[in-house]
Amino acid sequence: MLGYILRRLLATLPVMLIVAVFVFLMLRLTPGDPAAIIAGDNANSEQVSLIRNRLGLDEPIFTQFFIWLANILHGDFGESFFFKKTVTELIASRIEPTLALSLATIMIAVTIALPLGVLAAYKQGTLIDKIVMGFSVLGFSVPVFVIGYSLIYLFAIKLNWLPVQGYQRMADGFGGFLQRLILPAVTLSVIYVALIARMTRTSVLDVMNEDYIRTARAKGQVEIKVLFKHALKNAAVPIITVIGLGVALLIGGVVVTESVFTIPGLGRLTVDAVLARDYPTIQAVILLFSLVYVLINLVVDLTYTLFDPRIRY
Amino acid sequence: MSVEPALLAGETAVPPPKPGLAGRLARDGSIIFGAAVILLMALMGVTAPWLGTKNPSEINPAFRNRVPGIEQTIRNDDGTARTFTYRMGTDSLGRDVYSRVVYGARISLVIGITVAVISVVIGLFIGLVSGYIRWIDAIAMRLMDGLMAIPAILLAIALVSLFRAGLMSVIVAIIVPEVPRVVRLVRSIVLSVREEPYVEAAICAGTPTHLLLFRHVLPNTIPALIVQGTFVCASAILLEAILSFLGIGIPPETPTWGNIMAEGRGLFRIYPHNIFFPGICLALTVLAVNVLGDGLRDRLDPKLARRV
Repeated sequence: MLGYILRRLLATLPVMLIVAVFVFLMLRLTPGDPAAIIAGDNANSEQVSLIRNRLGLDEPIFTQFFIWLANILHGDFGESFFFKKTVTELIASRIEPTLALSLATIMIAVTIALPLGVLAAYKQGTLIDKIVMGFSVLGFSVPVFVIGYSLIYLFAIKLNWLPVQGYQRMADGFGGFLQRLILPAVTLSVIYVALIARMTRTSVLDVMNEDYIRTARAKGQVEIKVLFKHALKNAAVPIITVIGLGVALLIGGVVVTESVFTIPGLGRLTVDAVLARDYPTIQAVILLFSLVYVLINLVVDLTYTLFDPRIRY
Repeated sequence: MSVEPALLAGETAVPPPKPGLAGRLARDGSIIFGAAVILLMALMGVTAPWLGTKNPSEINPAFRNRVPGIEQTIRNDDGTARTFTYRMGTDSLGRDVYSRVVYGARISLVIGITVAVISVVIGLFIGLVSGYIRWIDAIAMRLMDGLMAIPAILLAIALVSLFRAGLMSVIVAIIVPEVPRVVRLVRSIVLSVREEPYVEAAICAGTPTHLLLFRHVLPNTIPALIVQGTFVCASAILLEAILSFLGIGIPPETPTWGNIMAEGRGLFRIYPHNIFFPGICLALTVLAVNVLGDGLRDRLDPKLARRV
């Protein structure tokens, strides 16, 4: 098992290296001198050459890449052109909202999607099944910002139940924090629910004809336990896989949702950085999100053994 | 939000639904529904100038932020007057939202179809070659793994930041994240087809590699590619709208559904019509493309249909 973990960790290295090369080339491929961009419009040539020197831009491109990579591995992503802070500080100050939003979304999505998917599988071919599957296609098709604005319109403006936009730190009061988190998390969870419910249905259908389901029913097991204990547990591996892969959708959704709800998180930071052409920040955010995505899927692979002891590493 | 059919590819076998008249109708029904809505949207885009629209970029400062259905009396030079009805109201620059929504269909469909065709062609080429030539496979697949490790929207956003804003850069920025998914699909088909007896027979008969790929392997990928192409199209339409909505896509004066919504963001609380009308069109179009894709998959690619 430990050997497998190590091997998998090693296997993620080339992937992350390619991401790093891509992200590195981003700044180098942009027209113009990166040092001049960093120095800004009011810099004189001495300042520019100072920056060029500090970034090692006089070195050959390979050396530059390794200097850059070494800095990043030390947690130094450089300085943001736009926010006039180090990128590391900037990211640290923006992590909480994004983390809160993502975790709330995953919790909501899993809580809704698993029963929906099981229900659809149990009622296969009926109207309920068709409604759940129809909702799933709809969830894939309606853009996250349209969902967001519709929910704001209904629950915040018309019904006045929840605040329209904004974010409150958990430290400033848990009630307000939760109140402002509900709408964005529900918005973001729609596509995730669609994905997980669909996979749950397929995966549960797949095991419903197995002998152990018949046995469980034959021994008089309550139907709900047959579904959730026997069927769902055996159907877990593909479902967990899709939850892991769905993190890519989640990250994309975070960028949009944070813009709709004006949440000062990493997603909003990404958009602001692109609008300001703040390349060090863009680089850092992409590296960070990709690393999280890759690591989550690594963890997902490792949890297979928990759900299916037949899988051994 | 982008649809990622690749995510669903891992789903395992389900007992196929009973083939009956009702089932077949339902199956083809989704193809008919999808195709009809797409055709309708395409028709709307093509005939935009004759649908009672005005110049979608025409600014009317005296008539800003009006609610849907409002009428304006326009006096012509010769003294006659005519009324123009703003069916979907006006935005904060006084532009006619209805005209912008109708013209917006053009950009969405052009982007969806262009991205789908180009991604499929590039993905097909890389997938065929890397499925058959080992050393290219090793390099290409590592590269694709790297690209797929970056969430699609993030990759597109990053690419857009490199180019000047415009239609071409948006198309390129959307193609790059889509290609690896097509490559994976083609490669997996090639790997299974190359073990088939007729391919081995062709190899024994001395068929040159390029002919072998073109004549014996390529046809096997077509049904799956048509299905994948529709999903790429849906995903591309959504991605373009997201980029425009975030203000980093196509320049804001161009009428695209994403741009109309981006424009309406500021005054959403008072004038939600700027978001709702283009939002409904966008959602309906993407839904139609997705439904069409599902229907085509059931029809053309039963092996995949059983899986998803």
